[in-house]
Amino acid sequence: MRPVEIAKGIYSVGVRDWNIRDFHGYATDQGTTYNAFLIVDEKIALIDTVKNKKQFTQQLIDNIATIIDPKKIDLVVSNHTEMDHSGGLPHIMHYIGENKPIYCSKMGKKNLAKHFSRSWNYHAVKNGEELSLGKKTLAFLETRMIHWPDSMFTLAKEDGVLFSSDGFGQHYAGYELFDDQVSEKIMYEAKKYFANILMLYAPRIKKLIKGVTDLGLEIKMICPDHGIIWRKNPAKIINAYNAWCDQTPIRKALVVYDTMWESTERMAEAIADGLIDENVITKLMHVRTCHRSDVITEMLDTRAVLMGSPTLNNQMFPTLMDNITYIKGLKPINKIAAAFGSYGWSGEAVKFINKEFEAMKFEIVDSGIRVQYVPTPDDLKKCFQLGVKVGKLVKES
Amino acid sequence: MDKYVCVLCGYVYDPEAGDPDEGIEPGTKFEDIPEDWCCPVCGAGKEDFEIEE
Ligand SMILES: Cc1cc2nc3c(=O)[nH]c(=O)nc-3n(C[C@H](O)[C@H](O)[C@H](O)COP(=O)(O)O)c2cc1C
Ligand SMILES: [Fe+2]
Ligand SMILES: [Fe+2]
Ligand SMILES: [Zn+2]
Repeated sequence: MRPVEIAKGIYSVGVRDWNIRDFHGYATDQGTTYNAFLIVDEKIALIDTVKNKKQFTQQLIDNIATIIDPKKIDLVVSNHTEMDHSGGLPHIMHYIGENKPIYCSKMGKKNLAKHFSRSWNYHAVKNGEELSLGKKTLAFLETRMIHWPDSMFTLAKEDGVLFSSDGFGQHYAGYELFDDQVSEKIMYEAKKYFANILMLYAPRIKKLIKGVTDLGLEIKMICPDHGIIWRKNPAKIINAYNAWCDQTPIRKALVVYDTMWESTERMAEAIADGLIDENVITKLMHVRTCHRSDVITEMLDTRAVLMGSPTLNNQMFPTLMDNITYIKGLKPINKIAAAFGSYGWSGEAVKFINKEFEAMKFEIVDSGIRVQYVPTPDDLKKCFQLGVKVGKLVKES
Repeated sequence: MDKYVCVLCGYVYDPEAGDPDEGIEPGTKFEDIPEDWCCPVCGAGKEDFEIEE
């Protein structure tokens, strides 16, 4: 990615990772970027240092070198310890001088020390602390547990440019750099990012947004560490975050299942027919075809969750449990739910799914449907009826 | 003495153990910890702690 001056004296110097498709278990169908920013003032600051891969850290240095001699960098800001943003530190610090200061949060200092053995010159900043670069001032804003203990934002005050680390990011590598250059499909990637990384911290994010709004700061541009920069309309992504934090469901039902000999699948389809009959937005997802990171994205605004599994060795099918473990951690709210599944002789799967619904505080609206072996037309009618029943409830709420 | 849990990260403050790294002696009640103390795991302030059930 060639550097671009995004505001006077502020350059985007990060890198694109076009072909990554598995980002710590998150399906990144569009690749991603590791953004980093260079601020050239009386002092020169580098914000974040891309992923710990030689090819990227070298590219970062090469990018900076097109603007200034990288050795002239006076300080580094580390907004977040995770390796996709701090991984370049060893390479960068070696290049610019190991004694140059690294500004980070208090937890950043602790956590960086647990990732890198070198004892760098850390400056742990307090929430709201400022640092003058000459004409420009950086203000640091703690965002603990959004999404790591060390996470913080940095604001270039005079320019109104917010460096928001993972916040407002999207796993998307394209030729575009700004929101006004991409199509609406970027909102799916932003939503997917929120659902997979931030959903569990929704109450804190809501508070943070309110806190920042109340401060009355003028934010003209939001620069996340992944994907495109919000410059035309930063309010758009902030409003979207507010809505996603509330998880207000739409008229939607999600049918998530696995199947061995297609019996549970036929049940899933009959349930979907019932839902569609009620004019509810319906989505069917087979969990060995659809990635869990897409399932959770659909989960964000769905009202109803129907989960189906055959019984395998007295258990539910393991891929369902994979999805449940993932969903449980991300803490979706406002869901109604029902389970279904085909079985041969013991049929425990539905019972176990219901138990998980309870653990996730989903409201169980039907005890569920179990069918022995292959569903009869009568069984499928019952499934259809379950779809209708849940569909009506979705419309009521 | 009540244990307190950090609602952000799940760390549990156990008064019996205190937080010696931050100078909180074993046997210190949560209420008696200085207000500027924060969660040793995630940095949350005292206001982000709740009594553990
Ligand atoms: C999205 C995400 C969520 C995480 N959640 C937790 C968590 O809840 N508790 C925790 O102790 N660590 C959490 N971690 C931190 C990882 O466990 C930590 O980075 C670990 O060193 C990764 O080990 P690995 O290199 O074997 O993957 C999380 C990391 C990521 C990327
Ligand atoms: Fe991160
Ligand atoms: Fe990241
Ligand atoms: Zn904590």
